[in-house]
Amino acid sequence: MGLRPSTAEPRWVRLLLVSVTLLFLGAFLVTPLVAVFVEAFRKGLGAYLASFADPAVLSAIRLTLLAAGIAVPVNLVFGLAAAWAVAKFEFPGKSLLTTLIDLPLAVSPVVSGLIYVLVFGLHGWLGPWLQAHDLQVIFAVPGIVLATVFVTVPFVARELIPLMQEQGTEDEESALTLGASGWQTFRRVTLPNVRWALLYGVILCNARAMGEFGAVSVVSGHIRGKTNTVPLQVEILYNEYNFVAAFAVASLLAMLALVTLAAKTLVEWRVAAAPASIFAAGEKP
Amino acid sequence: MWYGHGMANLRGNRLLALVCGAVLSLAAVTSVLAAPKTGSARLLNVSYDPTREFYHAYNTAFAAHWKQQTGQDLSVDMSHGGSGKQARGVIDGLQADVVTLALAYDIDAIAQHARLLPPDWQQRLPYNSAPYTSTIVFLVRKGNPKGIRDWGDLVKPGVEVITPNPKTSGGARWNYLAAWAWALKRELGNLDRLQDPAQAAAVAAAQDKARAFVAEIFKRVPVLDSGARGATNTFVQRGIGDVLLAWENEAFLAVKELGPDKVDIVVPSLSIVAEPTVAVVDANVDRHGTRQVAQAYLEWLYSPTGQELAARHYYRPVRVDLIDPALLQRFPALELVRIDEVFGGWVQAQKTHFDNGGVFDAIYAR
Repeated sequence: MGLRPSTAEPRWVRLLLVSVTLLFLGAFLVTPLVAVFVEAFRKGLGAYLASFADPAVLSAIRLTLLAAGIAVPVNLVFGLAAAWAVAKFEFPGKSLLTTLIDLPLAVSPVVSGLIYVLVFGLHGWLGPWLQAHDLQVIFAVPGIVLATVFVTVPFVARELIPLMQEQGTEDEESALTLGASGWQTFRRVTLPNVRWALLYGVILCNARAMGEFGAVSVVSGHIRGKTNTVPLQVEILYNEYNFVAAFAVASLLAMLALVTLAAKTLVEWRVAAAPASIFAAGEKP
Repeated sequence: MWYGHGMANLRGNRLLALVCGAVLSLAAVTSVLAAPKTGSARLLNVSYDPTREFYHAYNTAFAAHWKQQTGQDLSVDMSHGGSGKQARGVIDGLQADVVTLALAYDIDAIAQHARLLPPDWQQRLPYNSAPYTSTIVFLVRKGNPKGIRDWGDLVKPGVEVITPNPKTSGGARWNYLAAWAWALKRELGNLDRLQDPAQAAAVAAAQDKARAFVAEIFKRVPVLDSGARGATNTFVQRGIGDVLLAWENEAFLAVKELGPDKVDIVVPSLSIVAEPTVAVVDANVDRHGTRQVAQAYLEWLYSPTGQELAARHYYRPVRVDLIDPALLQRFPALELVRIDEVFGGWVQAQKTHFDNGGVFDAIYAR
């Protein structure tokens, strides 16, 4: 007797499901992505490349790299620390902490931006003091960095917490029993156990940091060549009827998305291949 | 347990201190980097949506003029967006040296809420601080397939109207008021009757009709963008709607940028004089040490060069005596009413129509 097929549904149901999924993905993901590149190259490669000669575009790219360059390491450290605390220790307020980590995902980015306006704005809590000391937070680079850090808080921690919880504390306990110090345990046991999830979190964190629009838009002030990030510059170019440049710059973000997707797939594949724990390596289930 | 809790709090405070310290040092570093070098000056002009192209040209011309006058290199940073939103930004601390917004009310708001400039700012420059004016016209699809000739045609069956949101956009408030003024004129025949106390009953009836007419228009608005440029893109690029209520300069620019084969301009029988106003933001220029150059920047808008550039970018110059009459021919003649005559000025119009709980909220909520 042959094996029973793993699904009992008739062939046409399966075909229908697959084609609906593919059509949906095509219409909502692939078509816009293709459209971005078609529009960007509408006037040829020369016009495409010329878009990047605009000092305002270059400054937007620099600012985005700076914001991501600060937000990602900050959230890498914070995410590791938070995940470690949540997964390996019991302490009061733990569930509150995990809820708070998710807050930036639950709050609309525009609200996150407005929070910074309320705190650092001229009429906000710290505004008058900042003004008196000639410090500018919102409508300047620090505000953009802050907003970016805020919206990207959850990504690393959220990737790590479930994995670390699942791995439990046995590996660490063994290491400690064998005489390792706390730092050694962290560096030689905990970190290698989560390295792929960590990388995965960093990739997502970076994609969001570079692509964030709402929160950054609120605190930016949209000063040309100074406080526009890449997504904001795309909107500005579009609004100036400069469609080729708008889509050319947008294609950078699209490429970032593709790179992110590729890196994510690669990491997922490594995660699936990697043993759940370094001590479990070589064991048969 | 309380001990651990206390430790956590202590750590939390230190972490907070660390974060605050990091933010402040970043702020300090960027402030130092942003400080002007001697021999050069920097201005931030916070403007509204459709002035991008005009100020782009004007900044280059003025920088050359300033260099010639003082030997100083000047670079002007621009920020554009919906006029109300931009005013809000300046109130919240956007470091504008000059504001060039869509209407006096938005600058009034800066004077009132943040006291960054005196309440009588509008008297400081000629022509009510409006170096150029504009009006509201219609942009329709090529060949005008819906036959839209005047305000009354906007409420014909099957017509979709595009306008930005009067809450955030200066242009949208002018759109709204122009429509209202046209309806009043239709009901009353002569807008002088508004000032006549003996006509109070007729005026009240006409105001009701005008309100119903404007409400009818807003029922036909499928998308409310936050600024004029967004609305233009909705109409032209995304192809939504049959008629766009637009700044005259924005309509001309859209035809020029996007091609006369796509859209036509329709000039209604009556519209409103829109006075985009400009002002130096006193508190900011005094802190930046830019008062002199900011003042000169705005005054030069009234010079022959400034006026000509305005006309070339489809703003109606106020000093028509200074420029080539051929440049004025692009502006069609139409009956223009003033906000002071019909609505008792911006403060009154804003309070009645656009503030929270005003007429716009009532008609748009329905």
